[in-house]
Amino acid sequence: MLTILFDGIAYGMLLFVLACGLSVTLGLMNFVNLAHGAFAMAGGYITLILVNRMGVPFFAALALAFLASALIGALLERTLYVHVYGRSPLDQVLFTIGLVFMAVAGTDYFMGAQQVFIQIPSSLQGRFEVLGVGIGRYRLFIIVLCGILTIVLQLILMQTRFGSRLRASVDDARVARGLGINVNAVFALTFAFGSGLAGLGGALGAELLGLDPTFPLKYMVYFLIVVTVGGTSTMTGPFLASLLIGIADIFGKYYVPRFGAFVIYTVMIVLLLVRPQGLFARATR
Amino acid sequence: MEYVFWAVALASLFLLPGQHLILTEIAWLGLFALSLDLILGYAGIISLGHAAFFGLGAYVAALAAKHGIIAEPVLALIASGIAAALLGFATSFLVLRGSDLTRLMVTLGVALIMREIANQIPDLTGGADGLQGVRIGPILGVFEFDIFGHVGYAYCLAVLFALFLLARRIVHSPFGLSLRAVKANPLRGSSVGIPVNARLVAIYTLAAGYAGVAGALLAQTTAFASLEVFSFERSADLLLVLILGGLGYLYGGLIGALIFKFLQDWLANLTPQYWQFWIGAVFVLIVLLGRERMGSWIRRALPRPKGV
Repeated sequence: MLTILFDGIAYGMLLFVLACGLSVTLGLMNFVNLAHGAFAMAGGYITLILVNRMGVPFFAALALAFLASALIGALLERTLYVHVYGRSPLDQVLFTIGLVFMAVAGTDYFMGAQQVFIQIPSSLQGRFEVLGVGIGRYRLFIIVLCGILTIVLQLILMQTRFGSRLRASVDDARVARGLGINVNAVFALTFAFGSGLAGLGGALGAELLGLDPTFPLKYMVYFLIVVTVGGTSTMTGPFLASLLIGIADIFGKYYVPRFGAFVIYTVMIVLLLVRPQGLFARATR
Repeated sequence: MEYVFWAVALASLFLLPGQHLILTEIAWLGLFALSLDLILGYAGIISLGHAAFFGLGAYVAALAAKHGIIAEPVLALIASGIAAALLGFATSFLVLRGSDLTRLMVTLGVALIMREIANQIPDLTGGADGLQGVRIGPILGVFEFDIFGHVGYAYCLAVLFALFLLARRIVHSPFGLSLRAVKANPLRGSSVGIPVNARLVAIYTLAAGYAGVAGALLAQTTAFASLEVFSFERSADLLLVLILGGLGYLYGGLIGALIFKFLQDWLANLTPQYWQFWIGAVFVLIVLLGRERMGSWIRRALPRPKGV
């Protein structure tokens, strides 16, 4: 059972890295970006091309995937997203759904519709036993890497000036602007960074979650659940929510395979009924 | 002007026999979009999972026919509508609270759950392959469905017309006006004494029933139902259909269905495999151009029905 718990934690941490960009974007600009999964997919496929076809070392490819996704995010943000900031949620949903459809079909066109596998280095393959608990090397790597990322993110958020500007903008964008904070610039940077993280998550997740052109649609629900349950005003909220969902999903699929998929949806609906503002959000929002 | 619309629709029954198959699709898609208009255009509830009700209606109709529970299609249609309305009623409480994002999530979740349920009982639903061996009985015991779709189209058109009339009565009634008040400003609406939650539950249930009937029409005219009736793509495409036609004046769903089907047909002929790319591009373009602008073009071309 501990092995399953371990797997669930790995899954949850991966989910956090994937979804935290969405959480901050939503909290910062109230922008519902359903296309967030597309950036993850981009990162995954870029890593695939780098590692499988160009022989780039895995770890270097991860860094490059992060950078590439961040760049794509920044580009799309400046050219397309910027036009729909003030719009109604319906417009934003339509817009981002359109982007997802384009991304999915485009990826299908260029890369084919089959599931792809990234060659992970032999140092990360296999598993070993610790006190009777089976530890997969790749999952351990994910936990460690995502853990470091989470700590780094929290440090950036709490200890840097950019972090404090970000927190101020999330808290109250109007007042932040009034204080001279360039909220649009903060948002652009955050969006790019969040997209980069999503790309990194997509690259890491290819092994765990499977990578194919329908990835953004399949996992869109999960990201949205993390964000809705975890709230958008903190980083710990989505973190805990991701862990909760990761563990619940893995446990559900293992112990009750027939109903495994329902666990997540039911949890989400119940939570939203009880606390529509999210499990960890501040009550004042 | 409205009479012209329906006169043309009736004429198409007799004058365009070769197009009846695609016109049938437009008919039930229009009904489906009409049901979304009831909640989105009139009550302001965003739903990303309206296919949940559509799919339930489709499966109820298909299963009723396959297992001989209800051999007559019109009765099966009514049963599908009731089943979908019940599901709508049960889930309506989920969309009462929370913001637009919450509603998106919850409706999406419900549709995904429905899909997963259908996926988990393949003995009943046929799973991913779909329900095979469905035979639809003759309508009212007399009109047998034919392979050219003539009877099917007449059937769908009749159902669409009847339900449209009903919807028209409802939205022009005091009930319908109270819905618009709620959409504009729920707080103000409740302060004038409108029971906001009761109204929302009522329209959501009705819209779910309409969607279920649309789904049943699909199942009955194609004698098939598969998991795909619950798919996210269906709910997303439905949003596009309604946006193309315009929200809040009932004809939007029907006109949007016309535009969407022709667009889809044209795109599918251009690129059979990747037409979804261009549908996505249409989504993006429409938002960038502005829905209201597009809607106002159409609305200026089609004068408001009397009494609005």
